[in-house]
Amino acid sequence: MSDPDADLRINDLEREISQLQLSSTGARARLDELQTELKNLRGEHGLSLAWERVKLARHPKRPHAIDYMQRLAPDFQEIRGDRAFGEDPAIICGYGAIEGAPVMIIGQEKGRDTKQKLHRNFGMPKPEGYRKALRCMQLAAKFRRPVITFLDTPGAYPGIDAEERGQAQAIALNLREMARIESPIIVVVIGEGGSGGALALGVGNRVYMLENSIYSVISPESCAAIIYRDASKGEAAALALKITAGDLSRLDLIDGIIPEPAGGAQEDYDKAAELLKQTLLAALIELQPLTPAQLIEQRYERFRQMGNFFEE
Amino acid sequence: MEWLKLPKKLAKTADSDKHVKTEGLWVKCDGCGQILWRKDLDDTQHTCPKCDFHFKIGSATRLKFLLDGPWEEHDRTLTSTDPLGFVDSKSYKDRLRAMQKATGMNDALLSVTGTILGRRVNVCSIELKFIGGSMGAVVGEKITRAIERSLRDRTPLIIISSSGGARMQEGAISLMQLAKISAALMKLDHARVPFISVLTDPTTGGVTASFAMLGDLNIAEPGALIGFAGPRVIEQTIRQKLPEGFQRSEFVLEHGFLDAVVKRTEMRTFIAKAFDFFAGPVAPPPAS
Repeated sequence: MSDPDADLRINDLEREISQLQLSSTGARARLDELQTELKNLRGEHGLSLAWERVKLARHPKRPHAIDYMQRLAPDFQEIRGDRAFGEDPAIICGYGAIEGAPVMIIGQEKGRDTKQKLHRNFGMPKPEGYRKALRCMQLAAKFRRPVITFLDTPGAYPGIDAEERGQAQAIALNLREMARIESPIIVVVIGEGGSGGALALGVGNRVYMLENSIYSVISPESCAAIIYRDASKGEAAALALKITAGDLSRLDLIDGIIPEPAGGAQEDYDKAAELLKQTLLAALIELQPLTPAQLIEQRYERFRQMGNFFEE
Repeated sequence: MEWLKLPKKLAKTADSDKHVKTEGLWVKCDGCGQILWRKDLDDTQHTCPKCDFHFKIGSATRLKFLLDGPWEEHDRTLTSTDPLGFVDSKSYKDRLRAMQKATGMNDALLSVTGTILGRRVNVCSIELKFIGGSMGAVVGEKITRAIERSLRDRTPLIIISSSGGARMQEGAISLMQLAKISAALMKLDHARVPFISVLTDPTTGGVTASFAMLGDLNIAEPGALIGFAGPRVIEQTIRQKLPEGFQRSEFVLEHGFLDAVVKRTEMRTFIAKAFDFFAGPVAPPPAS
């Protein structure tokens, strides 16, 4: 996105389209017209509609954390358990070397087939998952090893047991404690960045999004259910919520967009992992010279400046 | 027997109008169903004298009950920019304007400095009536500034929560406020400035999953709904009815995530005592 005029026009179009999609009046022709213009404009700039991104981010064949871990660090060793309650397979933690650089890698994992999905709870972590992740980050920091996290979850698990064991407290603690990890933290949204449940692994010195990933305060469907009282209007909500990598980049919330193979990461796992590796290695090199205090301060400032407001 | 003589004005009204206006004089308790004289509620800080049910109250009323007297307000003029240009049934801009008119506030938070039993405190009080007490950039910034204020002069901090969580209409910017505030609380924690989080009915979503659970003490009013996911979302996920009392203060206390459940009328003394323990003067050890 280099053309600011096109950028503005895309924003206007998106807004008008989401409004039209909600009105029940006969604006069909106008809607088609606008959607065509948006599609063309996005096409020129290599962008697709927000809803297409949502579908790609949740694509059944999209590479998951485990696929990237295997390719980035062939010697990857998983370590488990939160040392307090149990083990949560929705988050995978472990260490390995990327091109010789030892790193702790932590990723939310949705699972591939039905059995795996159930085992991984569809990538919806419970408190023990977040506590395991924090333990592993602290372990890495103790030995001055960098931390890489992969975000890919519909959200933290909304269940009775998760509430009983302090889902909110576990997420909150991660947010605060990640802020003082004395190692570099690099965060990549690889699929679905589902609200607080994703952010709980997301307080990094660098935060990137894969081209077709999304990052949102609420799922488009839930948003639609609340404000339009109709969960099927997720498409309109996806536009309104501004959840694509391009959106977050324009809002200055991420440091960069990592390109995916043509058609999406599911088309070529190796290529997708290679593109991801290039960004990770560059970030690791950039952050290497920083002292623990500098890393903490840089991470703090990164988040401190987020938020738009008027002040008299 | 002076009180038997009706004031002239009132007597006259009663004569001319047979229908006595009672609306607003009485309220029904949501806890026990008892009909209560509204004036009595003022004396009990809007808690039911029969069953101790805690009524929802506004952000300024909370400060009135908690603080000794007048307070100094901070960052009053901060206003949302509608960063996404968000539109649902009406535009977010219009919604904000309507809320501002209804509440007289620019956004969903009051940030003040005052005293509790003579002890200086910074207090943030969330206004539930302002878009469900939701947290966007303005609430996030005001809380962060309050934390920074506490850091600068080492004034203890209190945040009183009543919120549905992050504000949808500001998208990912709202989400990032969780990280921003939590990181600032890391600094406060490091500096050993005390912070008490007070959770009131309801505190859910991103607010619970950030600052509300990060106090040196996390305390709640009785019967408050406290959780990460809202009860409706959980019911939809597990497809069964939730047990009675699930996610209420007493339940959360039992599961180990609150330090205490404190009645509204006892909040002042509880907090003053806590701050004395954390940061009060230390008497010299007795001479042996």
